[in-house]
Amino acid sequence: MLYSEKVMDHFRNPRNVGEIENADGVGEVGNAKCGDIMKIYLKIENDIITDVKFNTFGCGSAIASSSMATEMIKGKPISEALELTNKAVAEALDGLPAHKLHCSVLAEEAIKAAIKDYYDRNGIEYDHSLFPEESCAHCHE
Amino acid sequence: MIYVDNAATTKTSEAAIKAMLPYMSEIYGNPSSLHEMGQVAAEALFSARKTVANALGAKPNEIYFTSGGSESDNQAIISCAELGEKKGKKHIISSAIEHHAVLHTLDKLSKRGFKITLLPANADGIVKPSDLEKSITDDTALVTVMYANNEIGTVQPIAELGAICKKHKIPFHTDAVQAVGHLPINVVNDNIDMLSLSAHKFGGPKGVGALYVRNGVALSPFINGGAQERGKRAGTENLPAIVGMATALTESISTMDKTSKKLIKLRNELIQGLLAIPHSVLNGDAKNRLPGNVNICFEGIEGEGLLLLLSDAGICASSGSACTSGSLDPSHVLLAIGRPHEIAHGSLRLTLAADNTESDVKYIIKSTADVVAKLRAMSPVWKDLQEGKRNYVIQ
Repeated sequence: MLYSEKVMDHFRNPRNVGEIENADGVGEVGNAKCGDIMKIYLKIENDIITDVKFNTFGCGSAIASSSMATEMIKGKPISEALELTNKAVAEALDGLPAHKLHCSVLAEEAIKAAIKDYYDRNGIEYDHSLFPEESCAHCHE
Repeated sequence: MIYVDNAATTKTSEAAIKAMLPYMSEIYGNPSSLHEMGQVAAEALFSARKTVANALGAKPNEIYFTSGGSESDNQAIISCAELGEKKGKKHIISSAIEHHAVLHTLDKLSKRGFKITLLPANADGIVKPSDLEKSITDDTALVTVMYANNEIGTVQPIAELGAICKKHKIPFHTDAVQAVGHLPINVVNDNIDMLSLSAHKFGGPKGVGALYVRNGVALSPFINGGAQERGKRAGTENLPAIVGMATALTESISTMDKTSKKLIKLRNELIQGLLAIPHSVLNGDAKNRLPGNVNICFEGIEGEGLLLLLSDAGICASSGSACTSGSLDPSHVLLAIGRPHEIAHGSLRLTLAADNTESDVKYIIKSTADVVAKLRAMSPVWKDLQEGKRNYVIQ
């Protein structure tokens, strides 16, 4: 099989699909030309991510990575969510095939983009080095 | 399980399996051996060669057995290139929608200094003969255009393309891997100098194919060694597979009319049913296409998820999305007929065979509609389209 049971489970029954009205932070990364876009919505109260939803256009592993990543940050303080790495997402899914690792990178970037949006909206100071420009290393452009 | 991936490979026919078995158990001799068992094998080899030749309107000594379509394509192209090079001709004409067995061989020749012209396909996936005529130069060593496309099923005007090559005295090769056993082919009437075929696309076993080379067209050896295949393809012949291929070919040609009629009806129903899904479009010409080929793009989704969920529903299909091709780009064929990247990612290919039924078609239509709806419901692209933040490409 191409994918682990866990990837297939999160792909078939993705957790946290949808959007949050009046979200406190929204992040979108990727582009349709590359074949994947991930959009993450955050509800934040007292620096805690109280709710998170996603919409993803992409392959099975992109959907599974979004689902797993949202599970991993739900109920967590922002500081912890910022530490979530693509490696951790891939490991939680019992691994991804090498050519699909960019899907987990996208999940990490989407969460960071949503948190950055929250900071920007609220005028909160932050360390800009934590939010590198989207690399788009996964894409050919 | 509903198998609709027959362009990838077909079920080996019962008749082919039955015909192959004695050549593994009883008549296992080497056709090059002089003893009786070898000679019985040699007779079977000749008989298979005659069968394949007859199926194409060719002569037995114009058929070379190979390991399959890719090898046949490689040998035909490299042979013509090398022979052309000796005469100072280093230009090859092909099309933008060829199989990678052709395109990657041409890439390699391009690095060796050959000039490659890839003829465009129009929006329906058809190569225009007038484009070929315009591209021919004094340096053209070979023209290679596929008979029928493996992804979108379009059938090219091969006889017309061949006639142009004949007029200019340029060898004309066609990759007919998807066409043989499915369309009536006559190499003489179609003006074909070289043709590649593969057994497992018409009910034969995998790992065997043939290259037709018209008498008078030079062919250089591709695999060096013994004198098999008149010195053009060394290596002990895969006799069981060759016999299986000949049997499957005879069978598919004898049932071709009946099968085509059935498949065209099922195909058209399937196309009609799938196009009822909003914002979907058919890829490739609606009429000039293989009887069993359906290829449709759905806006707002990506093909791999579609395949995985269809697989969960018991449907074996294929897609031209980047994720399924193992590369970063979606299908070069869909891009060549003008589909933008984001649309090409959402393609679905269904290729029918004679054992598919009306109820399969109904089930596929329903399952696909459900799966597309499920994926669209979680797609940010679909949401943007619906909210007018992004314009539909497919109306």
